[in-house]
Amino acid sequence: MTDVIADGAPAGRHKGSLLAQDTRTKKRNAAEARFKIYGLFAICLGLLALVWLVTSIISNGAGAFQQTFVTLDVTLAEERLDKNGNRDPDDLRKVSTFGYAPLIAEAMEAKMTETGIAVEGLSAKDAAALVSKESPAQLRNFVLANPDQIGETVTFEFLAGGRIDGYLKGRVSMESAVRDSNVSPEQLMLTDAFVEAGVVEKRFNWLFLTAPDASGQRPEAAGLGVAIIGSFYMMLVVLVLALPIGVAASIYLEEFAPKNRVTDIIEVNISNLAAVPSIVFGILGLAIFINFAGLPQSAPIVGGLVLTLMTLPTIIIATRASLKSVPPSIREAALGVGASKMQTVFHHVLPLAAPGILTGTIIGLAQALGETAPLLLIGMVAFVREFPDGPPEGLFDPASALPVQVFNWTQRSDPAFVERASGAIIVLLIFLLIMNAVAIMLRRRFERRW
Amino acid sequence: MTDVKIAARDVQVYYGDNHAIRDVSVDIKDKTVTAFIGPSGCGKSTFLRCLNRMNDTIDICRVEGDIAIDGEDIYDKRVDPVQLRAKVGMVFQKPNPFPKSIYDNVAYGPKIHGLARNKAELDEIVERALRRGAIWDEVKDRLTEPGTGLSGGQQQRLCIARAVATEPEVLLMDEPCSALDPIATAQIEELIDELKQNYSVVIVTHSMQQAARVSQKTAFFHLGYLVEYGETGHIFTNPEDPRTESYITGRIG
Amino acid sequence: MPLLWLVLTVLVLAAAGFAMGRGRAMASAGGDARRMHSLPVYYGTNVALFVITPALGLLLLWLLVQPAWIENRVSSDIPESAIGESSTLGLVMSDVRRIADGLDRAVAEGVIGEDEAREMRTEFTNVRDRLGEVGVALGSNVEAPILFAAQQYRQMSATGNLWMTVAVLAVAMVGFAGALVLTNKDYRARNVVERGVLVILIAAASIAILTTLGIVLSMLFETRNFFSQYPWTSFFFGFEWAPDFRGNSSLSIIPLLWGTLYISFIALLVAVPIGLFAAIYMSEYAGPKMRSVAKPLIEILAGIPTIVYGLFALITVGPLLRDYFAMPMGLGESASSVATAGVVMGVMLIPFVSSLSDDIINAVPQAMRDGSFAIGATHSETIRQVVIPAALPGIVGAILLAASRAIGETMIVVLGAGAAAAQFNRGLGELVNPFEAMTTVTVKIVSQLTGDTDFAAPETLVAFALGLTLFVITLGLNVLALWIVRRYREQYE
Repeated sequence: MTDVIADGAPAGRHKGSLLAQDTRTKKRNAAEARFKIYGLFAICLGLLALVWLVTSIISNGAGAFQQTFVTLDVTLAEERLDKNGNRDPDDLRKVSTFGYAPLIAEAMEAKMTETGIAVEGLSAKDAAALVSKESPAQLRNFVLANPDQIGETVTFEFLAGGRIDGYLKGRVSMESAVRDSNVSPEQLMLTDAFVEAGVVEKRFNWLFLTAPDASGQRPEAAGLGVAIIGSFYMMLVVLVLALPIGVAASIYLEEFAPKNRVTDIIEVNISNLAAVPSIVFGILGLAIFINFAGLPQSAPIVGGLVLTLMTLPTIIIATRASLKSVPPSIREAALGVGASKMQTVFHHVLPLAAPGILTGTIIGLAQALGETAPLLLIGMVAFVREFPDGPPEGLFDPASALPVQVFNWTQRSDPAFVERASGAIIVLLIFLLIMNAVAIMLRRRFERRW
Repeated sequence: MTDVKIAARDVQVYYGDNHAIRDVSVDIKDKTVTAFIGPSGCGKSTFLRCLNRMNDTIDICRVEGDIAIDGEDIYDKRVDPVQLRAKVGMVFQKPNPFPKSIYDNVAYGPKIHGLARNKAELDEIVERALRRGAIWDEVKDRLTEPGTGLSGGQQQRLCIARAVATEPEVLLMDEPCSALDPIATAQIEELIDELKQNYSVVIVTHSMQQAARVSQKTAFFHLGYLVEYGETGHIFTNPEDPRTESYITGRIG
Repeated sequence: MPLLWLVLTVLVLAAAGFAMGRGRAMASAGGDARRMHSLPVYYGTNVALFVITPALGLLLLWLLVQPAWIENRVSSDIPESAIGESSTLGLVMSDVRRIADGLDRAVAEGVIGEDEAREMRTEFTNVRDRLGEVGVALGSNVEAPILFAAQQYRQMSATGNLWMTVAVLAVAMVGFAGALVLTNKDYRARNVVERGVLVILIAAASIAILTTLGIVLSMLFETRNFFSQYPWTSFFFGFEWAPDFRGNSSLSIIPLLWGTLYISFIALLVAVPIGLFAAIYMSEYAGPKMRSVAKPLIEILAGIPTIVYGLFALITVGPLLRDYFAMPMGLGESASSVATAGVVMGVMLIPFVSSLSDDIINAVPQAMRDGSFAIGATHSETIRQVVIPAALPGIVGAILLAASRAIGETMIVVLGAGAAAAQFNRGLGELVNPFEAMTTVTVKIVSQLTGDTDFAAPETLVAFALGLTLFVITLGLNVLALWIVRRYREQYE
């Protein structure tokens, strides 16, 4: 039997013409086409997710860059602001923001009379509520800075309240206002009339980038100023610490380290550190830098230190890769003319590897800039309105950070903060985009094929 | 029964801008071993890979001219390379068993082509293929072990068994012994001699002795041209082209 | 900021040392640099290094040791009676520190004089009110022994700082003088400097080890504290998570682990098929043009910060899943849910799976594919039956790495998954309902460690035990995955 098989002529399975596909081949080709479509579909899903994510953030956040302002002419009545009439700064300071609120109400009333706009059932006080609760403070700061203006009538642009702003951006409607204790339909009608009269208008909002955070009732005044500075300080700390330490560690491991157990342990350690969840670095920062070393909470220095430890593995891995890509012939040439090993590395290898190192560092910084979780644990979520001082003292002052500010805003109840948070993300993403673009440019510009 | 199995006319192959095969025309006979010889880079492997359209997998490769098997143009638009390759099997330079068991390595082809209706038939096909590959006796007790665990020569015979399992009519071999030691080479050569009873075998080889030992017809390639094609004995004893002579006597190569 | 001045002084000293060392070496060679052993710059650097390294090293060490030492001394002086019934030494010490800080700030702002701060007595002054004036809020009135301890604390800190300044400057001067004396034209300055630089390089390389040690030790230490207050069996084998800051909490990891694993599972359910198919298409079918466009675009997903995904989950995906899936199916009314966090996390993980799998599929030798094509297999048959089985170990490694990411991910779950722990007593239905809000280990670490925390309470300390567990799990997964991937690579090298 087996002999017959072994010696038998080949079975005539494929005797059919090659020019006609048999049914089985047709089926198999259909399966092939299906499989290919699955792959294409998967890629499309991935890209779709990206597009969806980006459009969702942009459509939610673009509004944060526009803000509604109310233009009013405020008479800085002397009898209210400076009863003694001597412009003494200490006396002026005694008038609290509550003392300024009536001025705005008067200005609002004047504006309504001037434009001839009146809405039935809307008191002057309610009409004044069109402007942000932040406005009296704005007025007070102006007066304290320019006491000579007391008694004059000055034109101010006040932020409109969050609900009014929301109305012009479509977030608040007449129907929702009926149920809302913070805004009434009458106020919205007034707003409509004011928009036509040009008193209320939407404009680009620099305050969003420069102002500090504001409390939960004043979303319209909340800005990213402190967060941007905090993030900048932390990046400064990361750059100053992580770059030299990372490069030094890489040079040792790549150029000097003997191949032994200790080096092995360090290498395994670094690759594992790169994959440790970021929250664990937060625990480390809390336990070591704050509880043990006694550094202040919410300080950029602590955030910077934690992010440095997180970024180090990234920088070390990138630096080692670019040191490795420098061909040994360069080292041999330098050693050949009598340079010491150290001179070879610092004079020849390091400069050639510099673009790669820089690229890796920027990518590490970009990662650090977007990191949130560890910062939550070291107290960066605190509500900070004060701008930190300049470095180096400012590094120890409380500050916020961009991604943490986003988190902070998501925890507030007023829906206007959703827009703020998304807007903050747009700012964050723009920074990341710039950093990555620089990294790609560096790579393109200096990439060398040996 | 020495009719023409494969007929190639004016075949040109380009790799991007590189003109790798020029004006090759050749008739390959059925139930014969045909050897392609020539110095490295002469195009013999490239031409071999045209015969089962393996060059399709290389993006920049372009084939012109006619190649017909049993009178059917294999580069016709209607031809499915999948069906073609079932008819024209191939064995490669380095043994490349799949990371599967010995049994699955051989059963893979019959399974995808639907040659067996049930497990018993499949077993039969696998056994027959392994016997044809002259490796049955060595592996029959360990069919479930991975094919990668065999020795180089065994792996290559396994690959031959894998190729014959789909019942091809033509068997292409691209330097099948170059990665093997002399003993394994001898076994493979013996096997090739047996295979020619059922198949048309085309073998590319670096070794002139091997070509002389196993083939009936020999084609000499040089710089992309088919220089000379004829009976093996004739080519080795009485080459007509001076280039063939130089190669055979070891002056070029 | 005296610390800054101290550092600056040392740096100035180093700069002076550089100039003088260089000058001295030049002088000893008669101004001819060719007669010196090393280049002049090395003699200068040598002196500078001898000034900076020991001085700053001592400074760092001192800064690390002094607080712990003072703490120890002060706390040993606090009488047993000053520690209330419900309080602990740790709590009292944090009061002491806060009062000391408050006194410092009061002095700095000129509210009280230095003498007053030192002599203040609880009998005559209401310390709480005085400190309240400078914005230091104290929970209760200050007792005499505690105020005394705080004053002692300040005293010792001040003395310590003084000694530190003296010691650091002394060390710097000794280094300065010593190095300068050694300097002459035959001194092998280059070799010494290079050895010094090498030591610095080694120190930098060991920071990685120190970080790991810091992570492990800090968590081990606090975890031990936790287990001294809370039985470890209930932590690992209990089924309820119900922290209560008045005591009597149930702090078991299992409900949190359930949420973590469930969300990670859904994330992988999304990421693995999409990532794998995308990788297959990219490496097997796509032309170079499509590859160069689609690959970087997909990888953008990996560069987006997780807070962005978190917000995406919170404002877009969560409401969508709730309105179109959960509510019509009657499975829940919460926008934050296992499904929300899982899907969004899945999107985040797509590039992890796809890039790693792409590399791994590309590493499968072409000979393997050729062998399959030559038999007449179609491309998809080759991929499914030859390429994927060959690449399987590597792909498993990639999936494990993605799983480790998912388990350690924080912001997406904080914003997308909710804060309620899985409840095992409500039956299986709620446990496996993907539209139920569920919390994870990372979320609880954040919530237990933010806000007002009391580092003596088990409700806070549990976060360290959770962190340690998380660390061990992810580390295990990583080590396993890297090992698998490395073995896979070796197979084809």
